[in-house]
Amino acid sequence: MERIPILKMGPYLLVTIQVDMHDRVAMTLQDELTERIVSERAQGVLLDISSVDVVDSFIGRMIGNIASMSKVLDAETVVVGMRPAVAITLVELGLALPSIKTALNVDAGMTLLKAARKTSTNGRASR
Amino acid sequence: MAVLRDELIGLRSMDDIIKARQLVRECAIFLGLSLVDQTKIVTAASELARNAVVHGGGGEMRLQALNDGSRRGVKAVFVDNGPGIADIELAMKDGYTTRGGLGLGLSGSKRLVNEFDIESKPGKGTTVSIVRWK
Amino acid sequence: MGQNMQMAEEIRNRQDVILKDWMAYQLSALTLRRDLLKESELRDTARRFLELFSEAFATTADSSSPAWKPVKDNLAEISKQRALLGFSPSETATFIFSLKQPLFDLAQQSIGQDVKRLAEVFWDLTTLLDKLGLHTTEVYQESREGIIHRQQQELMELSTPVVQLWDEVLALPLIGTLDSARTQVVMENLLQRVVETGARIAIIDITGVPTVDTLVAQHLMKTVAATRLMGADCIISGIRPQIAQTIVHLGVNLNDIVTKATLADAFHVALQRVGATVSKAAPA
Repeated sequence: MERIPILKMGPYLLVTIQVDMHDRVAMTLQDELTERIVSERAQGVLLDISSVDVVDSFIGRMIGNIASMSKVLDAETVVVGMRPAVAITLVELGLALPSIKTALNVDAGMTLLKAARKTSTNGRASR
Repeated sequence: MAVLRDELIGLRSMDDIIKARQLVRECAIFLGLSLVDQTKIVTAASELARNAVVHGGGGEMRLQALNDGSRRGVKAVFVDNGPGIADIELAMKDGYTTRGGLGLGLSGSKRLVNEFDIESKPGKGTTVSIVRWK
Repeated sequence: MGQNMQMAEEIRNRQDVILKDWMAYQLSALTLRRDLLKESELRDTARRFLELFSEAFATTADSSSPAWKPVKDNLAEISKQRALLGFSPSETATFIFSLKQPLFDLAQQSIGQDVKRLAEVFWDLTTLLDKLGLHTTEVYQESREGIIHRQQQELMELSTPVVQLWDEVLALPLIGTLDSARTQVVMENLLQRVVETGARIAIIDITGVPTVDTLVAQHLMKTVAATRLMGADCIISGIRPQIAQTIVHLGVNLNDIVTKATLADAFHVALQRVGATVSKAAPA
């Protein structure tokens, strides 16, 4: 079965989804990603969906789950590169994913993760 | 109403959901739908194909490219022989779910298409028909 | 149809005379648009039409017969052209109706005192020209509808310009109301520009939106949500006092959206967010 590669980039994990999302592939990704976050002590996850041309409610839910799970493991998830047609369709479908962080591309997502890390570390230092 | 293309595929496994998506996309491109309209009908088809596989215990999708003289459109009909839906009105509500999903399958796909028809009786299966015009 | 054969002969032989009279009637008509059409052009059009007319008339006076197709096609061309130039329906139909008098004159000269025959010929000609006149109006109407449809589409595209205000800052000044068809065009344009420019902030200015009801508010929120999914933030500006009141009375929740009274205020916020400062130059 196809698997989605998870790459380590410094303190972050980069997941680039390039296959047509199969339900089982999505479930495997959830399992592997949570394990890697723990084993690599990752601080953030970049989920690159720029090659994905359809996000239905199942895949949308999976993206939401990944974000919530990684948050519990103290890693922020940023969804990057969503296509305009996919964004318009998701909103019409009723799935605006309000709790998920987004960025235009991997670079912007990385900047967002770094900034989030800085504010949270500052927060800890001041306590 | 002229039918320019007519295809039928079975919906039994998760792989068939992906096949259904690809087929609908091809048909939408063939008719020259805009990228946003393509994405909308493909997403709706994905929802309904998954419903047929997961809740309907399998079924089939009939896909047609239509031309009614003044406009062209993609029509997809999903038929399953599952348990059916007792209260369609309730099932069409946002957030209503039987399996712990988001409950956007039916109501959400209705918002993505121009025409949406559903017929279902307990024990007799479910038929959902959608059309997206160019 | 004996008289008609005779009439047809007369029309064919005396085209120059008819054209001269016809032109005189058209030129003296109140509905002539000298500003839109040159006399020489009008003469060429009229001459060509008269040739086709006399040819068809020699076959039959029944305009529904296939023999009249070239005449009708020619007339359709004239109608379309006039619709495009901005002629009114009566200005367009005058072309045909002003041909009545010259043909009646000709009939009178060639038939003379035979009142019964004259009446028959008049009737045939009137019926024929009325039908052609109606045809002109119908084609005119269709062309106008085509023009209106095209203008609506152009308007839709024109009315949703997305402009870049600064590096990473876009603005979308909305004018007119937002229905679902237009919302889709607005979203597509905006999101496409976000991708092209790498914008982080989009300001949607609704100064030009006359009323904001629940539906318009919903469309605005959808646009904001879709922009956010792409990774850019929206600011809504140009909220007039009475619109603020309606929004609250309707119970629309805009709490999660940054709103500003003016585009200038929104621009200020946007500059801060992208880390840019603008200051007045020191006097030299």
